[in-house]
Amino acid sequence: MRPETYICEGMNPVRIFALPEFLEAGTMHILVIEDDLEAAGWLIKGLREAGHVTDHARNGEEGLAMAREGDYDVLIVDRMMPKMDGLTLVRKLREEGDMTPALFLSALGDVDDKVEGLRAGGDDYIAKPYAFSELLARVEVLGRRKTAEPVQTRLKVGDLEMDLLKRKVTRAGKEILLQPREFKLLEYLMRNAGNVVTRTMLLENVWDYHFDPQTNVIDVHISRLRGKIDKEFDKPLLHTIRGAGYMLRAD
Amino acid sequence: MPRAPWTLRLLRTSTFRLAAVYLLVFALSVGAVLGYVYWQTLKLLDEQAEETIAAEVQGIAEQYALNGAPGVMAVIKRRSQLDTGGLYLLTTPVGKRLAGNLKSLPAMALNKPGWIEFSFGVETPRGLTEHRARAYYTRLKGGYHLIIGRDIQQLRQFGRIIRNTLFWALGLTAILGIGGGLLLSRNFLRRIDAITATLRSIRSGRMSDRVPVEGSGDELDRLACALNDMLDEIERLMKGMREVSSNIAHDLRTPLNRIRAQAEDALRSNNPDRHREALEMTIARADELLKTFNALLFIARAEAGQGASGFRDVDVSEVAREVAELYQPIVEDEGGSFTIQTPEKVMLQADRQLIAQALVNLLDNALKYGRADDHPPEIGIRVENHADHVDIVVTDRGPGIPETETEHVKDRFVRLDESRSRPGSGLGLSLVTSIARLHGGSLVLESNDPGLRAVLRLPKKR
Repeated sequence: MRPETYICEGMNPVRIFALPEFLEAGTMHILVIEDDLEAAGWLIKGLREAGHVTDHARNGEEGLAMAREGDYDVLIVDRMMPKMDGLTLVRKLREEGDMTPALFLSALGDVDDKVEGLRAGGDDYIAKPYAFSELLARVEVLGRRKTAEPVQTRLKVGDLEMDLLKRKVTRAGKEILLQPREFKLLEYLMRNAGNVVTRTMLLENVWDYHFDPQTNVIDVHISRLRGKIDKEFDKPLLHTIRGAGYMLRAD
Repeated sequence: MPRAPWTLRLLRTSTFRLAAVYLLVFALSVGAVLGYVYWQTLKLLDEQAEETIAAEVQGIAEQYALNGAPGVMAVIKRRSQLDTGGLYLLTTPVGKRLAGNLKSLPAMALNKPGWIEFSFGVETPRGLTEHRARAYYTRLKGGYHLIIGRDIQQLRQFGRIIRNTLFWALGLTAILGIGGGLLLSRNFLRRIDAITATLRSIRSGRMSDRVPVEGSGDELDRLACALNDMLDEIERLMKGMREVSSNIAHDLRTPLNRIRAQAEDALRSNNPDRHREALEMTIARADELLKTFNALLFIARAEAGQGASGFRDVDVSEVAREVAELYQPIVEDEGGSFTIQTPEKVMLQADRQLIAQALVNLLDNALKYGRADDHPPEIGIRVENHADHVDIVVTDRGPGIPETETEHVKDRFVRLDESRSRPGSGLGLSLVTSIARLHGGSLVLESNDPGLRAVLRLPKKR
């Protein structure tokens, strides 16, 4: 059984029982560790509206205690907090063998800071101020990763199939020829099928660039990929999510 | 610290202390050398006098053994008449003179034979003067007193002259040394005071003041020149800072003002669609502001030399090919052409992210400004491997940048008139410049005739 936890209702913590067994599919249990109450309030409101159950810890020590007790899908950890900073918190959890995916929130947004966060055991890093859609997309990708099966050699979304060993892509049995980078792009989209992936996430994960170009180069690559996987078929798989990014989805 | 009286400060200067210590050491060594010479000379002269006397005593003693007292008397009489500087006296036991050129026995107790020193009078044309004598005294059989000696007045005088010379020399050295030290210190202190006064005046805000340079090229002048160079650099940086802050004020306030105006306008209307539109615009503009802000922070950090921690061995050719691959589709979609020429592999100590970011900025620029009116863009990337540096060249066929502006456009927030109507922060080229500097290189902007040729020059050895 789950222990008692606090869930933040807007700005006021309310004591309830959260039972993951009763959660709907796709719903995640998220712990937000953030000392700025207003920022935490907005964040929790958004996550709740997206259908996730969210707990709030107001400082590092409280966050560590709650993360140890609770069974969370994702931790959202502010880097600079009173009592214990986010880096220390995640490092301690990792030392104890707790591998719950953690996303760092930080006002420090340089590549060096990101590297530091990832070295401490964080799984992703987002600089303040962030777009909520960006954060949501990343949290959902992280939450899925926890349950992801070990090593896959085949990916499948609807009738689109990817053989990672033969590096072959087919849709409805028909082979699609892709450039190496297009293959990587599609692989990332397929691994995160059903989730929104933002342009920044694609730049980071497919191209390994941790900065934003002024020109929207990603859209052109997506439209080329779309031309190859969707054009000759009735049902589009690659969708544009307005104001957020893209999603590969079968239905 | 309260200022001490001038004379006291003079004594406290390092020059004066140095001069004083030097003087002391010099005086001590000179004193020791001269003293040693003095002492040795006197000793030598005394010994010579004593040897002469001893020889005469020896001779007279032999005469006495041969011919007795009368023989001695004859010798003394004979020698007394020669003017050799010898002093002789032979008296009876009661002191009556028998022979010799001394008038009487010296007024001292004469008991046993030995060396004696006494004064005696000498008649000169100017009267009676007192001289010193050194002599051997002995008593012959029968109680006769015999004194054989020499006038050592000149010897003593010589010693006194040496002694006096020594004291005068030391005294003069001390006076000249102290005086010179004071003079040197005064000059030194005057110049140091001038430097201090200038620095105080600069600290109180008169930034254009400079330390006076005498033009002698000595170490103080060199110090003054170094200080002036530093002040020039500080003034340049401060001017840059002022410029940047006024630029920031302008370029951050303008979009903030637009956001505010739009929000106010939306608030006055009752149309929910307009509210929505205003909110969306607010977010978009806030994002733009944030990008500007991040770019500024990045440039500031890069200029402070931070951010060089991610340097690894990087294949610059590969970085260029990757970035080219990212941009190729967008150029082709606009009907333009994109060419890339790179050597197989060019290794360099660099930060892959930063080099890619610089290239992306140059390509963004080329896409935005690098096309002639209706023509599709023609963009090229080349990596050139030179002996001591690597050039990453991005070319376009646009209007280019006038030669007079090529340095100016690298400054923050500078946008040429033709580009003001298009979106952008005016930070792109300054960002590339700061990335180049972080790698010890530079950004060179040349004419591509027509168009712009932007060269990111990275040295192989930093």
